[in-house]
Amino acid sequence: MARTKVFVPRETTAVSVGADDVAIAIARKSKEIGGDIELIRNGSWGASWLEPLVEVDVDGQRIAYGNVTPADIDSLFDSNFLGGGEHDRRLGPIQEIEYLITQDRWTFFRVGLIEALSIESYTAHQGFKGLQKAFEIGSDAVLDAVHESGLRGRGGAGFPTGIKWRTVAATQAEQKYIACNADEGDSGTFSDRMLMEGDPMCLIEGMIIAGYAVGASKGYIYLRSEYPLTHMILLKAIDLARDAGWLGEDIQGSGFAFDIDVHLGAGSYVCGEETAMLESLEGKKGIVRYKPPLPAIEGLFGKPTVVNNVITLASVPNIVNLGGERYAGYGVDRSRGTLAFQLAGNIKRGGVVEKAFGITLRELIEDYGGGTASGRPIKAVQVGGPLGAYIPAEQLDTPLDYEAFIEIGAMLGHGGIVVFDDRTNLAQMARFAMEFCAIESCGKCTPCRIGSTRGVEVIDRMIEGENREENYDLLVELCDTMEDASLCAMGGMTPYPVRSILKYFAEDFASETRGANE
Amino acid sequence: MSMTGNGYDADAASEIISSFSARPEMLVQILHRIVEHFGYISDDAIRQLATELNLSRADVHGVVSYYHDFRTEPAGKHVVRICQAEACQAMGSRELTAHAESTLGVGLHQTTDDVTLEPVYCLGNCACSPAVMIDGHTFGRVDATRFDELVSNMGAKD
Repeated sequence: MARTKVFVPRETTAVSVGADDVAIAIARKSKEIGGDIELIRNGSWGASWLEPLVEVDVDGQRIAYGNVTPADIDSLFDSNFLGGGEHDRRLGPIQEIEYLITQDRWTFFRVGLIEALSIESYTAHQGFKGLQKAFEIGSDAVLDAVHESGLRGRGGAGFPTGIKWRTVAATQAEQKYIACNADEGDSGTFSDRMLMEGDPMCLIEGMIIAGYAVGASKGYIYLRSEYPLTHMILLKAIDLARDAGWLGEDIQGSGFAFDIDVHLGAGSYVCGEETAMLESLEGKKGIVRYKPPLPAIEGLFGKPTVVNNVITLASVPNIVNLGGERYAGYGVDRSRGTLAFQLAGNIKRGGVVEKAFGITLRELIEDYGGGTASGRPIKAVQVGGPLGAYIPAEQLDTPLDYEAFIEIGAMLGHGGIVVFDDRTNLAQMARFAMEFCAIESCGKCTPCRIGSTRGVEVIDRMIEGENREENYDLLVELCDTMEDASLCAMGGMTPYPVRSILKYFAEDFASETRGANE
Repeated sequence: MSMTGNGYDADAASEIISSFSARPEMLVQILHRIVEHFGYISDDAIRQLATELNLSRADVHGVVSYYHDFRTEPAGKHVVRICQAEACQAMGSRELTAHAESTLGVGLHQTTDDVTLEPVYCLGNCACSPAVMIDGHTFGRVDATRFDELVSNMGAKD
């Protein structure tokens, strides 16, 4: 009789709420009763609210049990858990969980499904099909497919990936680089991490394809140091890929050579900005560079460099395998394809939801997210990280697409959605936006370095009720200066959340309404 | 072994530097390893890094002081980092921080022999906020009760 497969995610969020302890308890119990199980560490399906989510393979069907704790293990085994038995924690077959089946999982289709650190599991589910196809059709056809897909940079800026790749491909140089930006610093974002932890080979494959398309032989993953588990998984995945001949010289007999190193960031938010990241990759302070020259022309060590976010690169294998037009078939207007949205903050059912562009904020937050965790009304939603606007509840019907968000003075960014309930005092969040900028500014340009500190002071005076109108005007003027004169998005976009709060939540600056979050 | 009076082990540092072939572009990665080994980056280390990587001390000092991760003083026995970013604030991280400060008897950025309490801006655990990292391990859905449990466990593992 085959051993029963039990899946317990090895993913930061699942582990943060006890998945490792659950895995240990299951192994111990199984041993105690003389059972024969194969414990598989998969990624998370992204339904973080159900973690730790354990699955048991029953005749090829995976039965899910949610929010499992070590204390549940005895009763689970008593309830014939290994045979998919009834139990309070039982959710049913994983393919029937609505949160998951209604998604458009293009980039995340293997995440949760496969064993993260197994080439065999990866190739059994379309793994390396994109790369093999790339070798067949040649680099020009890969560039065409990426261009046709309409894929835009998923790190936040939304720059067309096809144009970036063609620029690097067309630039002559002896050495070119692929630099993967895995410095996922925005609050409310974790899709890069989930992808890397749940399907690390997919990122590796995407980077090899990028290297092949533009003529680069070396790739770097710049990973934030706050992700130690991700680091361990990436290093192992790269070793596995190298041992199996998917990295290194002459990949699978193609004649193409490519290898990847992982570099750790060191706690600087600005290093998520592409030129600061390149400086940090060179071992220096993460200070923003002037542009031009573009990194595509003069990037890492002065060489042409593709700088792409994790999700951008991980979307490519399927684009090459299935064709650019298939991907472009998802989405609306100029926002083609899918985005892995992240539901975070005060949300009942937080996690990753990959959907085609065009779904509204309300559908995501209410249908998937189930509203606030506290059960209280939503006051505001911050989309796109610390530099994104706070959107009032009245605007929840805005469709999630890059341009529609720009129209309402917001930005989609990396797709992080942070929900706040009615107890939040947004004047404090405006202050935090400026304070965060002051803490994280790289210091190169004055509007960001000095403006942010002055911003905190002005907001403090407003909160204290000192010359509120005069200080309001001063704050608006300060926002203008930062927005117009900063070198990068750090200083240039910190005014977004501040302005949105001035526009929609000005009453929160009145001291008598100072709220529960202080 | 060339230990100086303050316990600095120059040979160990040298070994770390040469494991990166003394390439100056690896400075950030080398500094991580120095912190891992020594717990912090001392003036001795900065001097040695400058010499062996052929950089100025100002260059090395600049990089050390730029990044939050590179501490120049020893940390407490345990390092507790509480996320202060927006998603965790939405779930009460400010209150949790106040609770931690009073329970541990230290403020943010402060160190006792036992513990260092630090802010962190996002652990990427935002669907299960508030998040806390203790000695490199991330914990989610941390309310005051769970925080106290985690802290008492960290004492037990000494």
